[in-house]
Amino acid sequence: MLAATVRVTRDLDTAEEAVQDAYVQALRTWRRDGVPDRPGAWLTTVARRNALNLVRRRQTLESKLPLLVEGEDSAMPEPTGADTIPDDRLRLIFTCCHPALAPEAQVALTLRLICGVATPDIARAFLVPEATMAARLTRAKKKIAAARIPYAVPSPAELPERVDAVLTVVHLLYATGHTAPSGAELVRDDLCDRALALARLLRRLLPDHLEVTGLHALLLAQHARRATRTDAHGRLLRLEDQDRSAWDRELIAEADRLVVAALRAAPPGRFTLQAAIAAVHAQAPSYAATDWPQIVTLYDELLRVWPTPVVALNRAVASAMVHGPERALSEVEALERDGRLGGYPYLPATKADLLRRLGRHSEAMDAYREALALTDNAAEQAFLTDRLHSCSRPADP
Amino acid sequence: MTSPTDTATQYVVLIYERETPDWPNDIPPEIMRANEELDGRIAAEGGRVVAGLALQPNATATAIRSGVVTDGPFIETKEALAGLYILEARDLDHAIALARMTPTVDGGVEVRPLIDFQVVEPG
Repeated sequence: MLAATVRVTRDLDTAEEAVQDAYVQALRTWRRDGVPDRPGAWLTTVARRNALNLVRRRQTLESKLPLLVEGEDSAMPEPTGADTIPDDRLRLIFTCCHPALAPEAQVALTLRLICGVATPDIARAFLVPEATMAARLTRAKKKIAAARIPYAVPSPAELPERVDAVLTVVHLLYATGHTAPSGAELVRDDLCDRALALARLLRRLLPDHLEVTGLHALLLAQHARRATRTDAHGRLLRLEDQDRSAWDRELIAEADRLVVAALRAAPPGRFTLQAAIAAVHAQAPSYAATDWPQIVTLYDELLRVWPTPVVALNRAVASAMVHGPERALSEVEALERDGRLGGYPYLPATKADLLRRLGRHSEAMDAYREALALTDNAAEQAFLTDRLHSCSRPADP
Repeated sequence: MTSPTDTATQYVVLIYERETPDWPNDIPPEIMRANEELDGRIAAEGGRVVAGLALQPNATATAIRSGVVTDGPFIETKEALAGLYILEARDLDHAIALARMTPTVDGGVEVRPLIDFQVVEPG
């Protein structure tokens, strides 16, 4: 509804105001006359009429303002059909996820305007004061207006890149809920649910983009393992220690179906390949019995389309299962020399694990200490401390 | 009634370059040519270059800070501000598409909207 209203106002604040007024009117009218047959359409119609009035009022006040309303004026807008709402929503998604906005602003705007999450709740989810989040949103809306970030679906030439930007935001949203630096559990669950709902919506709006399917599959495969990522005390469990019987088989089956569909793309994109890797893990009966050569192959593909050091690090972990820890360690050390992963706790943590498996305990302890110094997440700190102690008792496996 | 597509927004495109030793004399000829063709290419894509300026190298700059005069540019950066032009475009996506055509040797551009002062154009 907000999306449909923005099209009238071309201004997010005015649109929000119009929508809020529509809810107030609905409360009054529906109590008196009963709820209409299509409450959504009713609200959208009223919100758009409010928006038109607000815009017109502003126009008389500031005669210099450009006229931004499409179409003619006096007629009451038609109730919005079911097919135009998704289109409006899609445009709004592309506005919120415009690469000219800071990534944290893209995520916040998406939550606020697409998912309708209140500003204080967004602030809580990202562990910043409410005033900071409000200022971040205001700054972003100002930039949208001043720089004229368009409220439109990008041209076909730009579309793949812009879809990727949208998917990045949805993935970031999920990842924030999945591995929050710290903070309240409930809010984070909510973030994951929002991200999943967004992925589902995007698949409906962009059915021809297989990467959207790939992202949805990736989130589902990760979500299926959610309950087993920490133990009863909130301590982080590695993939190999997780209780596979508690994984959500239904979600895994859905993820698998989507991965198969998304892999038809030539070549498959980065989200699809990550989903395929997650699906192979999800279907393995145990860590040891995982199809590791297949996972290394998928990582090779992923490195080709998305050559980042983080992917290379994850590939090294899989490589250790196929080629042994020695070779994986040399790959990790090469990444260390590369320097781009400086400050990334998973690099020394991976190195520590490989050294521990090679029986080089004192070097492993140094690497665990290095990883510890780099992470703020309590669950991860507890895990690393545990590992560190096990290295000082070399008899422990 | 004016529709939003008729009202162009003005942006400044700031061109940042890693200066070559003999800037601007050793700018490759193909870059110079591409610069000369830029206005036409932008017009062909529905935009308009309102004005453009090319700057002498950083070393020729003089900064005046709180009345104190010093040698060099106001802000020292790896890439120096080499020039700028004012661009009219429909929206940011259009402006980005046009600014992408700016030829640079080893640098990039920044696109920034101008505050609309409703300047009356001469003539």
